[in-house]
Amino acid sequence: MKRPLRELVLEVLGAIAPEADLAALDPRADLRDELEIDSMDLLHFAIGLHEQTGIEIPESDYPRIATLAGCVAYLEARGA
Amino acid sequence: MPSLGADMEVGTVLTWYVGPGDVVKRGDIVALVDTEKAEIEIEIWNAGRVARILVEPGREVPVGAPLLVLEETGEAASAAPKSERGPRPPAPLRPSSATSATSAKPAAVVDARIPIPRPSSVPVPSEVPSAPRAPSRERVRATPLARRVARELGVDLSRVTGTGPEGRVRADDVRASQPAPTAVASPATETAAPVAPARLAPSADQPLSAERLAAIRRGMANAMARSKREIPHYYLELDVDMSRALAWLEAANRERSVEQRLLLQVLLLKATALALADVPDLNGHWLDGRFVPAASVHLGVAIAVRGGGLLAPALHDVDRRSLDVLMHDLSDLVARARRAQLRSSEVRDATATVTSLSDRGPDRVYGVIYPPQVALVGFGGLRERPWAQAGMLGVRPVLSITLSADHRASDGQQGTRLLRRIARALEEPEKLA
Repeated sequence: MKRPLRELVLEVLGAIAPEADLAALDPRADLRDELEIDSMDLLHFAIGLHEQTGIEIPESDYPRIATLAGCVAYLEARGA
Repeated sequence: MPSLGADMEVGTVLTWYVGPGDVVKRGDIVALVDTEKAEIEIEIWNAGRVARILVEPGREVPVGAPLLVLEETGEAASAAPKSERGPRPPAPLRPSSATSATSAKPAAVVDARIPIPRPSSVPVPSEVPSAPRAPSRERVRATPLARRVARELGVDLSRVTGTGPEGRVRADDVRASQPAPTAVASPATETAAPVAPARLAPSADQPLSAERLAAIRRGMANAMARSKREIPHYYLELDVDMSRALAWLEAANRERSVEQRLLLQVLLLKATALALADVPDLNGHWLDGRFVPAASVHLGVAIAVRGGGLLAPALHDVDRRSLDVLMHDLSDLVARARRAQLRSSEVRDATATVTSLSDRGPDRVYGVIYPPQVALVGFGGLRERPWAQAGMLGVRPVLSITLSADHRASDGQQGTRLLRRIARALEEPEKLA
């Protein structure tokens, strides 16, 4: 049974920002501001998502995964 | 007990990795020490056979207190050379004529920091030690993620069969090579809990405790206050057109899998290191009233700790490592810094420091030098700016480089030379690889 994408994305985020209250995360908020994620974190985020979904996210698409809602939609569109 | 910070007075041994009878060589990790700010793996300076452990885990001792006795010499061994507790005695650094580091193998100066198997009788009061670090000399073809997983699981990469392109070892290969969650190549490296294969822990598993964060902030406060008290700073800045570097980086990353992607930061670090190799007056320490140039370029990297606070552990021999190796090592260093788990050589060996603020940060940074270093290089956020060249006006991605330098050790001439070298290195990014 396929895990809900949102849950998967939150788990990957949880490894990057363990102190954050992810349950309260606004799905439209920019993660880089909300969670103080820098470029290293963003790369690890992309790596984590690749590990979990097999989807390789090109650097040019980083802005599209910068919000929780955007990220889920992006992965869904790519067949995650 | 080595001095692992300018303001460190005491330390507590958490775990011993060696016991009586073990043979150690220089650079081996012998103990895990808590210094309030961080858990530091202590690398021993001397070689010999361990005769006696003097301090049991859990006991707090002052800096300078003997921790163990080595048989060879009969005197108490220390984790620092006897003559001083600070940076190692230098030889002046020769400017490197070959600025292009095209070889894939890093120079043989890199030590393999391998923890000695710990006798099972030693209690484990706190967190698990890092797994053996893959030797950089013979470079096993493996993805950076595979290396990280191998480290976390204590797997010897050279024994893993790779299923990636050209036999490259991938993270899944490392996990698949594990017979059981706690089985590791180095037999006595125990894991505190089984490692779940699918779990990714890129920077931290747990947030740092309030005490740890407070201690880190205190450490920074003391260092910065001392810096401003003692160091007469001067500041220079230079803007650089980054279009070539960014184009090169984009192309380089298109050829790499996501796990192998390079961040702009490693280009900045490499460029700075090569420049420091060329301008030795800015690479070293102010000790006892004079400048002592360093023999190598070990760059302190300012790393923001989640929850607030700053650490600046050293990446070693940055001028001699390929970008791919630097990326892997930086990623590893950032992850450990954010867990406040570092090695003594990382805490002590920086010969200059780099602070690089993100694109979402300010235009430029005028940093404060970490004593007893004499230079701090700052990189601001990338900005689209009007740029005049050859009488024409365009828009380019521009980066501001700033130098904060100790006016006792150098003046604007050396400072300018350094900035220009960095700029030139960034304008010829293919030479950085």
